[in-house]
Amino acid sequence: MAIRTEEKESVATSKPLFKYREARPVGVRIVNLNKSFGDNHVLRDLNLEILPGETLVILGKSGSGKSVLLRHIVGLEKPDSGKILINGEDINEARSKRKYVIAMVFQSSALFNSLTVEENVALYLREHGIVKDEDAIKKIVGSVLSVVGLEGKEKVMPSELSGGMKKRVAIARALAMNPDLILFDEPTAELDPMMTRTIGDVIKNLRRHFEVTQVVVTHDVDLAFYIADRIAVLSDGKIVEVGTPEEVRKSENPVVKGFINTRFE
Amino acid sequence: MNGLTSFFQTTGEILRLFLESIYWSKSAWRSRDKVFMQMMEIGNNTLPVAALISLFIGGVLALQSGPQLAQFGIEENIGGIVGLSMVKELGPVMASILVTGRVGSAMTAEIGSMSVYDEIDALRTMDINPVRFLVMPRFLASFLTLPFLVIYMDIIGWFGGAVVSAVNPDIHVSFSVYYRNLSELVDFSDVVNGLVKAMVFGIVVSVVCCYVGLKTKGGPREIGTSVTKAVVLSFILILIFDYYITRLLMLVGLD
Repeated sequence: MAIRTEEKESVATSKPLFKYREARPVGVRIVNLNKSFGDNHVLRDLNLEILPGETLVILGKSGSGKSVLLRHIVGLEKPDSGKILINGEDINEARSKRKYVIAMVFQSSALFNSLTVEENVALYLREHGIVKDEDAIKKIVGSVLSVVGLEGKEKVMPSELSGGMKKRVAIARALAMNPDLILFDEPTAELDPMMTRTIGDVIKNLRRHFEVTQVVVTHDVDLAFYIADRIAVLSDGKIVEVGTPEEVRKSENPVVKGFINTRFE
Repeated sequence: MNGLTSFFQTTGEILRLFLESIYWSKSAWRSRDKVFMQMMEIGNNTLPVAALISLFIGGVLALQSGPQLAQFGIEENIGGIVGLSMVKELGPVMASILVTGRVGSAMTAEIGSMSVYDEIDALRTMDINPVRFLVMPRFLASFLTLPFLVIYMDIIGWFGGAVVSAVNPDIHVSFSVYYRNLSELVDFSDVVNGLVKAMVFGIVVSVVCCYVGLKTKGGPREIGTSVTKAVVLSFILILIFDYYITRLLMLVGLD
């Protein structure tokens, strides 16, 4: 594997974290999910169970429907048929009555360029008036930035950050929501190997500080085996294999073997 | 989708965005900083160029109509003609076109870019309504600021007309004669007429430009296309609305 644990430098902090709520990791059940865009049937009767508190990596080649699946879980897409249940509740019903918080880290980071890092990270707290005290907001922002190794970057504008730093700010923004479920869409896309390792460490270490279920979508096999409790392999809109990294590594499924063993000679 | 369906869908969506913007105006106080910032952009930062164009519009109005009036010996009426043309028509229309080009295009580019780079989706995942967060401040700022910009442009346009009337030998109407005639012919209802148009045009520009921005998909090329589309659509709607508001104001006796 490209990621070697003994070389990793921890970007997580041992400082106390400030949170506005106690998160409770949620379980997600996806039942017979179908989605088409025109003639392109992207998700085909997809079934998947994500356990509370685990890090599930959805692995698949580009165009296999991974990001579309993630957008369904967060509610940005509506399925043609099928259901997504979070703690047994259909996510498309009574959105306003949700008792859980979902955060998503986008492939493009999706930071607001007109806002500073601090304003980006605190946006959810301020817009919803969840935390009124500005000192408390600053403490929360400071603590989540320290988790991703970006202490002291509060006043920096996103345009002044590298791609990897933007990704980490996006993770910090998600953490400031203190979510029960956090979704990562290709968190290491377009990053160099060193930054990929840093992001991998951040994701792997998050559960030291946060009670959270994590779903990571990637085509990076090394990252998947490094951070996952379980791996689901998606191919042509269907889950073709689910299991622990060891189980997936030993899979006899030709699609899985073909995908995880593809290397330059 | 055929053209007619697309037309009705777009009209419906623009109307819906307008109604949502009105609904979210209840949160205006919470977003006062954003509204104020947009007001500064639409109003304060547009003042120099607004002054320049209105000065020349007033001037050219006097230049074209003054000599014609002088031929009939009624050149002292030039103040009223420039005054009425500015307050009722050219002030609001030119101010709206200026704001569309200078600020509306920026609204589309900014929101379009946010749409392309997942920022609008990021807002949705944080349960932050994009209409409340992005559209409403621009909507309110345009609605509130454009009338002031029109008054400002009217005054400078009048002055431009006065200068040309005084210095052009073919017209030769003094400042005092010009302004006396202007004050006799332009009454309060004419000013209200222009302000009503300005408010409606402010709504049209902000809603259309934000709508096109929100609908932008693809990449940088599509952002450019959206800006062009928003500006052209705003210009067309401003002129169409101008006609119907004028008709409506005539019916209610404000014209």
